Amino acid sequence: MTLHITIDPVACDAYGYCAELLPEAIVLDEWGYPIVDGRPLPAELVALATRAVRDCPRRAITVTRKTRAS
Amino acid sequence: MSSSVREAPPRSELHRLLGHPIDLAGHVATHGPLAVAMGEHTSWQGALAASLEASGLAGRGGGGFPSSIKLAAASAYRHGGTLVVNGMEGEPASDKDKVVLTRAPHLVLDGAQFLAALCRAREVVVCIPTGRNGVAAAVQQAISERAVARYARVSETIVRPPDRFVAGEESALASWVDGRDGLPVFRPDKSVPLRIGKRPALVHNAETLAHIALIARHGPEPFLARGLAEERGTCLVTVSGAVAQPGVVEVDRGTPLWDIALRGTPTEPAQALLVGGYGGNWVGPQHFATPYASVSLRTIGASAGVGVVAVLGQSTCGVAETARIARYLAGQSAGQCGPCVLGLPAIADDLARLARGQADGGLMARLQRRLIEVDGRGACRHPDGAVSLVRSALDVFAGDVGAHLRGEPCAHWRHLSSLPFPRPITLT
Amino acid sequence: MNSTMFWYITRATGIVTLVLLTATMVLGLTTTSRARARNWPGFAQQELHRRFSMMAMVFLAIHVLTSILDTYVHIGWAAIVVPFTSPYSRFWVGLGTVAVDLMAAVFISSLLRSRIRPSVWRGIHWLAYGCWPLALAHTFGVGTDAGQAWVIALGVACIVSVLVALSWRLRSTARRAATLSAANTEPNPATRLLVTSSAKGSLREQ
Repeated sequence: MTLHITIDPVACDAYGYCAELLPEAIVLDEWGYPIVDGRPLPAELVALATRAVRDCPRRAITVTRKTRAS
Repeated sequence: MSSSVREAPPRSELHRLLGHPIDLAGHVATHGPLAVAMGEHTSWQGALAASLEASGLAGRGGGGFPSSIKLAAASAYRHGGTLVVNGMEGEPASDKDKVVLTRAPHLVLDGAQFLAALCRAREVVVCIPTGRNGVAAAVQQAISERAVARYARVSETIVRPPDRFVAGEESALASWVDGRDGLPVFRPDKSVPLRIGKRPALVHNAETLAHIALIARHGPEPFLARGLAEERGTCLVTVSGAVAQPGVVEVDRGTPLWDIALRGTPTEPAQALLVGGYGGNWVGPQHFATPYASVSLRTIGASAGVGVVAVLGQSTCGVAETARIARYLAGQSAGQCGPCVLGLPAIADDLARLARGQADGGLMARLQRRLIEVDGRGACRHPDGAVSLVRSALDVFAGDVGAHLRGEPCAHWRHLSSLPFPRPITLT
Repeated sequence: MNSTMFWYITRATGIVTLVLLTATMVLGLTTTSRARARNWPGFAQQELHRRFSMMAMVFLAIHVLTSILDTYVHIGWAAIVVPFTSPYSRFWVGLGTVAVDLMAAVFISSLLRSRIRPSVWRGIHWLAYGCWPLALAHTFGVGTDAGQAWVIALGVACIVSVLVALSWRLRSTARRAATLSAANTEPNPATRLLVTSSAKGSLREQ
């Protein structure tokens, strides 16, 4: 079971807070929108990811659980 | 006027969508009544599900998703939902759904009735965009015939959503029918059903439903008798572009691409075929013999998409055509997701510069980077289709791209384009 | 504690709440994206906005409590949440009560944020814009110190900073809307090099 970052592209308005908090996992494109590579979230970044989820003004970022089967 | 002594077509013709009588009486004489085909007990539902799985029918709306799987998910719905017939066909180069709704409306509606019974939906809603009044009239006529004869099991109504490219995306369509904004919905988990009101909704392409109606009535054998081992059955394809007889043809799956193009009588040698629609792929002459079937097309990086084969003649510039399509697709964005709203016009701008021979030094690198960045980052597949088309263009028209990069605008690009758009698209 | 102590605490915490509310407004109005400098930690500003609002609530709670415990004037417990029921300075205290109600609504909706629809949360948050002018009016309407020079100067400073932040926010929003709509317009079929499509023979209609 792994944790993954999911970005809702409709809700996202390119505030960029998630990329500030998680530069190891999120990169911004030239227009300020987050690019996520789909890799599992390492344990040491989970606390920062939780903060990013709370800080996003549009609630566009979430952390989801994926089982190996899905 | 009654045609009860009409002969049923031979078994070998039972797969065909087109060419059967359009009126209700003729339809029933050809295929038998709906009630008998549905049966009175529940075991016919299992038989239908088994038939669909045996047929291997995949969706004809662009996603190509196996209908049996989509159906299995739908059967788990609690009853009372809505079955949506997707007749939107936002693709300008595609006419097949208009044709199947106009010339085989009872097949489409029967397919909807079968599915509605299977997933216990309580209504069938047919979506035909505003502006296509001829199609709507034909379907309305069929619905009225069925109402008079008390033929249909659940109610059938027509609704007229706006005519936009993304309006036919299934979550956007369900959203519009539900009275919401009619824009695609972000669905990270596609197994969660779409909703209209508080009830589940199942959206199916019109052509797919017509096939389902035939398979439900006559079993999967006529369908399985056509096509290749790799992919059985038939489908409708719109042939357009540099052809003398553009239109919709009914072909077996697995027909070589060029044979499909020949049905339209190309007017000049072809430098490429556009396969799958404006969100599809260009295919070069070395692949013209590829069978029109999912696996074969995938090996050349293409897919059947929405059933379009368009011929690009030698006297037109492939780069310019791609630039025009990209400009059109950019304008058709739903406007919800940054990478699509901002990325597609940027890509279209660069392609226009390339087509005019005004490329700057960083154009190719910038274009490639944006293609990677935009791909897959919208709520729906609209940007993905545009990226796929542009990537295939850079590959198939590599020679022209090189010339344009050297500042040599293609000598042919002022020729009239042969690809259709709802409104003229400029290359400025 | 005697009445005078309560009175002093009420006045002091009132002023502090106004300042904290102003800071919250300014931090909230200027959290829009992209237009900030590359090294500016937007997430930190967002978190500061939240913390300032919570501090404002703490000071507000003390302010409300001491104002009621102060028996020199009668305000009554009901006036905490029901506006315009205070026997003392009914109107101006009432404005403060409305501000309290709005702040409570924002706070509760933020606690329940994951359970309510985003549009509902945003609607309530928009109402919070009303807190600040209400607090300002309440300060100068009820406030014992309203006549003092430093309080007036403070009030002016609060007004100016919020107006500046508001105008910045409006311009930033307009710029963003312009970028998005410019990107999404279909091009005019007017200009030169018009390459039209040939739809001859197509089954497409109307």
